[in-house]
Amino acid sequence: MEDVKNFIAARVAKELKDGDVVNLGIGLPTLVANHLDADVKIVLQSENGYVGMGEAPQKGEEDPDIVNAGGKPSTIQPGGAFFNSAMSFLIIRGGHVDATILGSLQVDEKGNIANWIVPGKKVPGMGGAMDLLVGAKKVIVAMEHTNKGQHKILKECTLPLTAKGEVDMIVTEMGVMEVKPEGLVLTEYNPEFTLDQIKEATGCPLIIKDDIKKMI
Amino acid sequence: MAKQITIDEAAKLVKDGMTIMIGGFMGCGSPHKIIDKLVESGVKNLTLICNDTGLVDYGVGKMVVAKQFKKIYASHIGLNPEAGRQMTEKEVEIVLVPQGTLAERIRSAGAGLGGFLTPTGVGTTVQEGKEVITVEGKEYLLELPLKADIAIVEAGKADKAGNLQYHGSTKNFCELMVTAADITIAEVREVVETGEIDPDFVHSPGIFIDYIAGGN
Repeated sequence: MEDVKNFIAARVAKELKDGDVVNLGIGLPTLVANHLDADVKIVLQSENGYVGMGEAPQKGEEDPDIVNAGGKPSTIQPGGAFFNSAMSFLIIRGGHVDATILGSLQVDEKGNIANWIVPGKKVPGMGGAMDLLVGAKKVIVAMEHTNKGQHKILKECTLPLTAKGEVDMIVTEMGVMEVKPEGLVLTEYNPEFTLDQIKEATGCPLIIKDDIKKMI
Repeated sequence: MAKQITIDEAAKLVKDGMTIMIGGFMGCGSPHKIIDKLVESGVKNLTLICNDTGLVDYGVGKMVVAKQFKKIYASHIGLNPEAGRQMTEKEVEIVLVPQGTLAERIRSAGAGLGGFLTPTGVGTTVQEGKEVITVEGKEYLLELPLKADIAIVEAGKADKAGNLQYHGSTKNFCELMVTAADITIAEVREVVETGEIDPDFVHSPGIFIDYIAGGN
């Protein structure tokens, strides 16, 4: 399971360029930072109020005044800066974040995303996700292709949306998909799967062009 | 000139039925000593404005467990199961607000604005009941200011004029909340003489602060 996550994270990492300001969601997206090429240095933004987020501190070296967006102990790198939540979301909403990478419950072919609420079951709140989705220059969903076989990539999301038409790219263990006006285009596939297997695991039509590439 | 008071005296300023803002992000930057006194005091029927509902045993979450709120505005309640239970059982009205919108609503109140237009939440349930305004072909939601009777924040250092300096990622909502309430209390760790904080490095100007609680 962890290997699948790292496989996805490694592919997402190739989307990031040196100097990009990036916000990583909780879970799988945090692994992306471990897979960057040596010549790619990114600036991590933490929505609770800083840029230049570093790695988790060693045990015993935690500073209760420095936490990440999950409330867990974190660190800041040289060159980083702290600011308040209005500045943090000015950065996010104002298009100063180059990419946000997050997981999802559902995504659809129109780039709609639903990942904040399961009515009657789980109502944690949206936190900063709605702002990140509308504000980041590029939105990459990094997730497993299905939920134990159940479709997560759909013709239309059935759960309440977190944002409308904001997803640019979906990366899963099966392939890379881009949201285009004509629909969801499978631009790369993992050769461990057949195209038919990938289509079957997807709840909407996939547009496959002649120039499709292998993911690895 | 801000008045120096004890933690006890600070807690007594909060009366039943008030709307209170409490600074912090998952407890980071929250006035923990005053929160403990408020739990002890049993003050009730409060409306809370806070980024989140903390944990059951950390930050403002302790007041949630003590059932001191009738209404809560927050962006995230997921790490405090008691908040979720109270919402589901309709014991407390919880208004979930996107984090950037929450920050900007508080900032608007402090800045004397009548509201602002944000793309965050368009096409989601956040849009319900709100005016949608189209500017240059793009849809925005009209979001209104949020103010409080009392704002209580935490700061690392204050001078006797009330100037505040925050540490690490504790600025978050604190820096905004002190501008948006009738009465402002800063729980501080250290109080220095007026003038000892370099004016170039004051984060919240003392004119916003009515009371400094704690410190030496």
